[in-house]
Amino acid sequence: MALPPPDPQFVLRGTSAAVHTLHFSCGAPEPDTPLLFSGSENGFIHVWNLKTHRVDTALDGHGRKSVYCVETMGDKNRLLSQGRDQRICLWDLAEGRTSVTDSVFTEHVGFCRCSLLKVAQGRWLMAMAARSLEEVQILELPSKTSVCTLKPEVGAKLGMPMCLKLWQLSCGSQPVLLAGYEDGSVVLWNVSTGKALSQLVCHQEPVMSLDFDSEKARGISGSSEKVLSIWSLNEQQNLQVYKTHKLVNAGVSDVTIRPDKKILATAGWDHRIRIFGWKKLKPLAVLDYHTGTVHCVSFSDHSNPRERLLAAGSKDQRISVWSIYAQT
Amino acid sequence: VCFIPGGLDCSISFVSQVLGKVCIHGRQKEILGILVPRLIDLTNSDCIWQRICWRLLECVPDRWMEAVVLGFVQRAPGADILSRLLGNLVLKSKKAQFVVTQKMLLLQYGHVTAVLQNLLGYLSLNSLRRTLLLRVLQELLETWSSNSAVKHSPPEQQLYISKAILICLSHLKEPEIESCRQELLTSMMEGVKCHLDSSLPQLRRLGMVVAESISLKINTEGPVLTFEYEEDDETRELKSLLVQTPPFCVVPSLPDVIPEIEKAEAALPLVPASNEKPHTAAAVMPDEESDAELDSDDDLIPYDMSEDKELKIKAPLYIRDCIEVLTGSGSEDLDKWEATIKALESLVRKNPAAIREVSVELAKILLHLEEKTCIEGFVELRQRAQVAVLTTDPIPVAKYLTSQFYSMNYSLRQRMDILDVLVLAAQELSCPKFHGRTKHSGAQKPCSQLLPGSDSSNDWRRIVDERIKSKTRRFAMGQSHVELASRPNEFSSVAGHFFFPLIQHFDRPLTTFDLLGEDHLVLGRLVHTLAILMYLAVNTVAVTAMGKALLEFVWALRFHTDSYVRQGLLSCISSLLLSVPAERILADMTEELLETQSWLGDVVEKDPDGDCRRLALQNLLLMENLKKKLEAVPS
Repeated sequence: MALPPPDPQFVLRGTSAAVHTLHFSCGAPEPDTPLLFSGSENGFIHVWNLKTHRVDTALDGHGRKSVYCVETMGDKNRLLSQGRDQRICLWDLAEGRTSVTDSVFTEHVGFCRCSLLKVAQGRWLMAMAARSLEEVQILELPSKTSVCTLKPEVGAKLGMPMCLKLWQLSCGSQPVLLAGYEDGSVVLWNVSTGKALSQLVCHQEPVMSLDFDSEKARGISGSSEKVLSIWSLNEQQNLQVYKTHKLVNAGVSDVTIRPDKKILATAGWDHRIRIFGWKKLKPLAVLDYHTGTVHCVSFSDHSNPRERLLAAGSKDQRISVWSIYAQT
Repeated sequence: VCFIPGGLDCSISFVSQVLGKVCIHGRQKEILGILVPRLIDLTNSDCIWQRICWRLLECVPDRWMEAVVLGFVQRAPGADILSRLLGNLVLKSKKAQFVVTQKMLLLQYGHVTAVLQNLLGYLSLNSLRRTLLLRVLQELLETWSSNSAVKHSPPEQQLYISKAILICLSHLKEPEIESCRQELLTSMMEGVKCHLDSSLPQLRRLGMVVAESISLKINTEGPVLTFEYEEDDETRELKSLLVQTPPFCVVPSLPDVIPEIEKAEAALPLVPASNEKPHTAAAVMPDEESDAELDSDDDLIPYDMSEDKELKIKAPLYIRDCIEVLTGSGSEDLDKWEATIKALESLVRKNPAAIREVSVELAKILLHLEEKTCIEGFVELRQRAQVAVLTTDPIPVAKYLTSQFYSMNYSLRQRMDILDVLVLAAQELSCPKFHGRTKHSGAQKPCSQLLPGSDSSNDWRRIVDERIKSKTRRFAMGQSHVELASRPNEFSSVAGHFFFPLIQHFDRPLTTFDLLGEDHLVLGRLVHTLAILMYLAVNTVAVTAMGKALLEFVWALRFHTDSYVRQGLLSCISSLLLSVPAERILADMTEELLETQSWLGDVVEKDPDGDCRRLALQNLLLMENLKKKLEAVPS
């Protein structure tokens, strides 16, 4: 007899706008407070204190335009945020400051979230959608120098890049980029040479979000249709479809794999969060709490496994935080 | 008839005269049936015989030339053979030229396509005759693009001319097209306009096909004109005329034709088997994971997921909520709007009392409702909802709709929608069993095409035919079994409200809407609507008054130039004769009926449109039956 799905551990209210992006920063040991960063449609980035469940700080750096991506760079004092004002802002939050130290003008008018990868101490690579319709630009941070621009070949008709993921197999190896495009295909790019290594048509509709497990060389992508597509990367750097999974309702806005690679979560347009086992994509749970489209899901990076959390932000302006499968 | 070759100079004018005289007496078939194949064989390889043949034809006196030439053109199995037989007859004899270039193309239209192919191919095969070809094309295009020709000539003639144009085009070579490109373009533009203006779908399609073909020929590079229309056998046949099969088949006589066809088929390039391009990602199912591998997912116990079902947007349950959603400026919730549209008809039918309070408001909203999102079948859903509202509260809504029909600032489509809705509702009211299912089960494009376009007019005719044969009056429209329990005819109390307002203001033009002028398409639909309403009003109280009004209406419009309108008027007469009880017709409408009878006789003889003539004939038959029935009743 299966148990009914759990209720959220707690719910964060107070953003007064739809929540588009979430990022945990809980890795620091005690007495540092675990934090959750959220970006909303009204242009604010809220820093939530996960002990008190209240907003510690509200950052206003995108001119009241929607913030659709937040990431930390290394520790919780360095924040990167991307907004619909076509800017990526770098923040310095140490010692209570709330200032924007640097910003990159992307000229990108879409919704493609940027992707960060640490390549060396103090050096990051960032992939972002550029001004030109189909291109992805790779920048090095904090120097903001352009590493390369990834242009699909003429006539490829991929459309806009919708989601990006930079990764490298191990520290020091070649960084590669996985990009999901508007026409439903996922392309693997070699960042150093700027050439596409492989292309796979995963969906009939635009790829909304993707995530990749570099250990198993397998990734998952969600789209606006009812199908989740799992694909693998073989030794020749070729993408192949591994499996597909059909959902009950169409539309996945975000998909993310837990850091321990055991489970993954999808955020659905049907207001539900779905949990699957990553190994075989076994459906595990359907969390039905929100009353609007769930825009983002994120797993926490707690060092103590038992404290791990899952957060989901929705159009209904709430952030639900769940503790699910934390015992394994 | 055997001649001895060998240098003798024979005079064959005697033979020509015999030939001519026989042909003019109507014995073309017999004599040419023997003569032509023999001539074909003889002229096959022998030049002398060719010249003899030409001389034979040239010597036929002018007054019999037409019959002979006609016979030859019809009998020759191909254009090149015709060319061999006739030679340059058209250039040498004025009469022959007239017959070939004018009479057979412009004045007659009964010949089959093969004859056209022969004729025009013959003109194209010789460089001297090609000038005639160009002239012929010009004249054909003039006719095709002339407004009055399109309006008044029978559709069969227009089809014939279109075919001729297409065949001419297929024979033209590049330099010739270059020289007359401008003229082709101007005639195409004018012609397309006249054709698209017509109310008959067949003529519109003809115009579209020909215009497309002309455009294809004159614009070899660059965008070509394309129309959207339904392909059917006629259009396919027309399009196939554009492509000429090479006329140089060496084998003239029949037994050899078959191997020729086989050779041609073998020569067709085989479609190369296309190699499937290997997709950059073939869907490869990896081997089944070895069962030996421990499934460490086993310790993740799934939760109960039985509640995970498809997300359904709930439609509002009350009519006033529906009204709010439909009129709401809250255009954010489009899902709700869609759900409302889909649920509206059933809601209306379930709550008649509630509808009666808001009927006119709802009718107004539905009339002006426009598609906000892309729902499948939006037009049908809206129409069904409108019909439901109209049948639930007929009188006020009918009053509203008929008044709007004549108001300013509606599009033609909206006015025609009003007519459709009135007809459907009338049908439902008069046959209450059939609402809901039966209406839509058989119909092609269900509701929106109920008024006779090209399809339903056949239904109409079928029904009227059956009626004439059976002479019994059936209550149900098109249904053969009448075992259903009887219920009061709800249409009888409201028939007048549907009918009279529509007929009132047809001669009063508004700034945006002129029934008697440009908008003759709507007039045609209006007339057909009135015919159906009249038909459905059988056994109602108002039927006689309706009949009288309808008769006057028909009388005023009987000479309308648009054949669609005339067809409608004749259907009106049919319904009148079928619906109004015979005694009342005789009592109240005798003189009008007699005048109508003489008009119908005229139509049967002189109307250019075949459908009109048929309908008029049916009406005359109905009148005959009526007379007989009345005479049979012992007074």
